[in-house]
Amino acid sequence: MVTLEDYKGQEPAWCPGCGNFAILNIIKRALTELEIAPHQLTIVSGIGQGAKMPHYMKCNTFNGLHGRTLPVATGLRMANHDMLVIAIAGDGDCYGEGGNHLLHAIRRNVNVKLFVHNNQIYGLTKGQASPTTTEGTITKTQPFGSLSSQLNPLAMAISLDCGFVARGFAGASGLPFLKEIMKEAIRHKGFALVDILQNCISFNKVNTFHWYKDRTYELPDDHDPYDRISAFQKSLEWGDTIPTGIFYRKDKKSFEEKIPGIKDTPLVLQPFSFSDAKMEISGN
Amino acid sequence: MASEYTIRIGGAAGQGMQFIGGLLVRGFSDAGFYTFTHQDYMSRIKGGHNFYQIRISNHPISSSRNTFDILLALNRETIEIHAPEINKSGLILYDSEIIKHDYSQEEFFHVPFTDIIRQLDLDKVMSTSVALGAVLGCAGFESLLGFETIISNFIPVTTEGVIASQVKAGQAGLDYITKALEPSRRLLPIGQPEKDKDFLFINGNHAIGLGALVSGCKFYSAYPMTPATSIMLYLISKAEKYGIIVEQAEDEISAINMALGASYGGVRAMTGTSGGGFALMTEGVSLAGITETPIVIAEVQRPGPATGLPTRTEQSDLFFVIFGGHGEFPRVVFTPGTPEQALSLTNKAFHLAEKYQIPVFIQSDQYLADSQWTLEDLDTESLQYEDFRLRGSELSNTDFYQRYSLSENGVSPLAIPGASKHLVVVDSDEHDQDGHIIEDAHTRNMMVEKRYHKKLPLINREIAPPILHGYQKPDIVVTCYGSTFGVTKEAVERLGAKYKIAMLHFSEVYPFPLRDIFDYVDMLNTAKTTLCVENNVSGQFAQLMRMETGFEFDARINKFDGRPFGLDYLLGEIDGYLRGL
Ligand SMILES: Cc1ncc(C[n+]2csc(CCOP(=O)(O)OP(=O)(O)O)c2C)c(N)n1
Ligand SMILES: [Mg+2]
Repeated sequence: MVTLEDYKGQEPAWCPGCGNFAILNIIKRALTELEIAPHQLTIVSGIGQGAKMPHYMKCNTFNGLHGRTLPVATGLRMANHDMLVIAIAGDGDCYGEGGNHLLHAIRRNVNVKLFVHNNQIYGLTKGQASPTTTEGTITKTQPFGSLSSQLNPLAMAISLDCGFVARGFAGASGLPFLKEIMKEAIRHKGFALVDILQNCISFNKVNTFHWYKDRTYELPDDHDPYDRISAFQKSLEWGDTIPTGIFYRKDKKSFEEKIPGIKDTPLVLQPFSFSDAKMEISGN
Repeated sequence: MASEYTIRIGGAAGQGMQFIGGLLVRGFSDAGFYTFTHQDYMSRIKGGHNFYQIRISNHPISSSRNTFDILLALNRETIEIHAPEINKSGLILYDSEIIKHDYSQEEFFHVPFTDIIRQLDLDKVMSTSVALGAVLGCAGFESLLGFETIISNFIPVTTEGVIASQVKAGQAGLDYITKALEPSRRLLPIGQPEKDKDFLFINGNHAIGLGALVSGCKFYSAYPMTPATSIMLYLISKAEKYGIIVEQAEDEISAINMALGASYGGVRAMTGTSGGGFALMTEGVSLAGITETPIVIAEVQRPGPATGLPTRTEQSDLFFVIFGGHGEFPRVVFTPGTPEQALSLTNKAFHLAEKYQIPVFIQSDQYLADSQWTLEDLDTESLQYEDFRLRGSELSNTDFYQRYSLSENGVSPLAIPGASKHLVVVDSDEHDQDGHIIEDAHTRNMMVEKRYHKKLPLINREIAPPILHGYQKPDIVVTCYGSTFGVTKEAVERLGAKYKIAMLHFSEVYPFPLRDIFDYVDMLNTAKTTLCVENNVSGQFAQLMRMETGFEFDARINKFDGRPFGLDYLLGEIDGYLRGL
C-alpha cells in the first residue's frame, strides 16, 4: 500500500500562507489514493516557486529549465510510456516562457499531465506580470499597469481541442474537488491541462486567497464535458464567478499510441544489437 | 592515358543535375574509379544557378578541383560563370536549343539533346540521359558503364519500359559523340584502376547518421535546418528497422530538451542542427552539463551570422560550440574531416557521452555534409558499444542509490527511472547527492569538484592527438581541423615533391589533446614554417591553439566566401606563401 509517508520530502521553502502548500498536499493524496508508488512516477518541472514542488516530495524528478517542462516530459514519454509523467509548471513557466511547447504538446496529445500553479504572477522573480495577470495590474515592471490582455488558458486549450481541460482552486474549500480532478487527469489517456488557481501571498495583492475563494464554484453535475461548445462558453466565464472542474474532455489516441515502433514495448526496454547494427555498415 | 578528370554539371535547380551526377558517379564507381563529388546549390527550389561536380580518378582522392575538364551546361548562366575555369583541352557541352546561343570557340561543342529526344520520340525529361551519354563519350568511355543496372538501382520505382527508354536515350548521346566529335577533341581515356573493388558511397551526414545508428541511438529530435536535416532523414529511413524514434520538434529548444528527457528516461539520444538552431539550444547544453545527462549534438555549420548563406559552407562556429552554454562544465567536441572519421567519432561521441554523462558534439559543415566520397571500406573493428547505464538486476540489487553520489572519479551511477524502487532525481539547480536543490557553499564545491575537476582530466585522456600526414620531421606544417582534411591532405601530398611538408589535422579538438603521446607543439616549434588553413575569417582554430598551447602559426590561410577550398586554390595559396618567403 502506498502511503503519504512514501511521498514525504524536504521541508518546503515557500512563504507561509502560500497556495503551493495546499497543492503539494493534495497531489500526494491523489497519488496515494491511486496507489501510484513514487518510483512509478516522474515529475518534470520547470523553474518558479511552484516548480520546486518535486523537491518537497519524493519521486523520480527532472527539474529542468524555466519553460521547458513539456519537451522534457515528451521526450521521457517517448523513451518510456510505462512511466506516469506529471509536469509541474508556473503560469509564467508554461504560458509565457514555454508557451510554444504548450501548443504543440496539446497538438501531439502526448500523455503528460500538466498541473499549472497559476498565481497570476511571477512569484520567484518577485512580482512581475505573467501572461495570466489581470490587465491593468501595476507591478514594478509594469508601472502603467500590465498592458497586455490576460491569457485564458482554458479557452485556448479547448480551442486546440485538448483532450482534458480543467481548473481547480488550491484553497481548503476546493481541495477535495481538486483531488478528484487530478485523479481524473491522471486516468485520462492523453494530454491533460489542469490550471490550478493559487494565491501568491507576497506578490499578488489583487487575486488573493479570498478573491479566489469568493468567486470560485464547482461546475454543476449537468455540465457535459464532452460538449465542446458549452465547455468553451464556460471557459469564458471569469469575473464575479469563476467555474472550477473538468470543462472539456475528448477521448482520442495519444501520441505514444500512434508511434508504431513502441506499440508492444517501451523504447527503453527494447534491446539493442550492436552486431546487427554493424551489418548496416558492411551492407551499406 | 589520363589519371583524373573533373566533370561539372551546371544549371538551374530542377534541371536534373542531381540525376545526371548521381548516375555518373555510380557508373564510374561500378567501373572501379574513385570519385569525389561536391554540390553547390542556392537556397531555392527552382531556378538560380547550381552545380554538381564530380572528380573521377584511378587513385584515391579526397577533394574537389577548382577547374574542370568537361562542363555540361544546362543554361547560359552556367557558361558565363564557369567557362573561365576550363582546363587545357577541356570541353563545354551544350544544346543551343536550350541555351538559345551558339558558341564558335574551340572548346564548345553543341549536342542537340532536345532534338535527339524528339527524333527518338521519347519523353522530354529523358534528354538528361542523352546528356549523360554524351558526357561519357567525351570522357573517352565507349560504353554506358552498366547504365541499365545503375538506373534501376538509382530510381527504385522505374518500370522496365522506362529503363529501356533511358538506356536508348543514353546510348543516343554516346553515339552522337562518336559520330560528331572528332576523336582528337575527345578526352583521353582514364587509365583503368585495379579492378574488383566494391565501393561505398557516403557523405558526411550519412556517416553521422550511420554512426548514431551503430552506437545504439534510439531517439533523435530536431527541427529542420540546412545543412543538418539529412542526418534526420537518414535516421528516419532506418527508424523502423532499428527501433529509433525520430521526432520533429516545434523548435530547437524543444529538440534538445526532448532529447534530454529521452536520455533521462534511459535511451541514447541525439539532436542535430546548424548554427542558428544551436543558438537556441545553448541553455539545453548547459542543462545537460549540470544534470549530467548524456547527449550527442551534431552541429553542421553554414556561414553566419544569422541566416548567412543557408546552403553553403563555413567553419565559423568552433568557438560557439566549444563555449556555448552558460556556466562551467566539461564537454567534448569532435570535428571529423572525412566520412570515416564522422562515423567513428559519432560512435566515440555516444560512448563518451554516456561514460562521462556529458554533452558531446560532432561539428561538421555543409561541405562535409554534402560531399560524396567513394570509399573502399569502412572500419567496423574500432567501433565500440558499452552500456554504462545501471539497469536490470544490477539496479534492483543496489541497496542504496543516489543520482549524484560522490565517487572517486566523479562519475555517479546512471540509473533508469522506473526500473527499480530507486528514485532518479535530477535538477538544473545546484543539488546534493540525492539530486535535490541546495544553496550551501560546501555542497556546491563538492559538486563542481565532481563534475569538473574529477571528470575533466579523465575525459582529456580520451582525446586522441592530431594526425601528422606527410614528412614525419617536416620543415613546413600545414595545420587544419574538420572538413579541410581532404583538400589539405592532397595539397600536402602534391607539394611533397617540392618541400619537406606535412599536414597536421585535428579531429578531436576539445578538450584540446594532451601532448604526452605526440608532442605536436614541439613538432610545430621545430618546423621552419607553420600555416593554419581554416574556412572562416577569424582563424578560430589558430586562436584556440594559442590559447591552449601558446603556439602561434606563422601564417593563416582563411576563406570565408561560403565555398569550400578547392585543391588548386589551396595549392596556390600554400605554394604562393612558401615562394614569397
Ligand atoms: C531562461 C530564464 N529566464 C528567466 C528566468 C527567471 N525566472 C525564474 S522563475 C520566473 C518566473 C516565475 O513565474 P512562474 O512561472 O509563474 O512561477 P511562480 O514563481 O509564480 O510559481 C522567471 C522569470 C529563468 N530562470 N530562466
Ligand atoms: Mg506564477
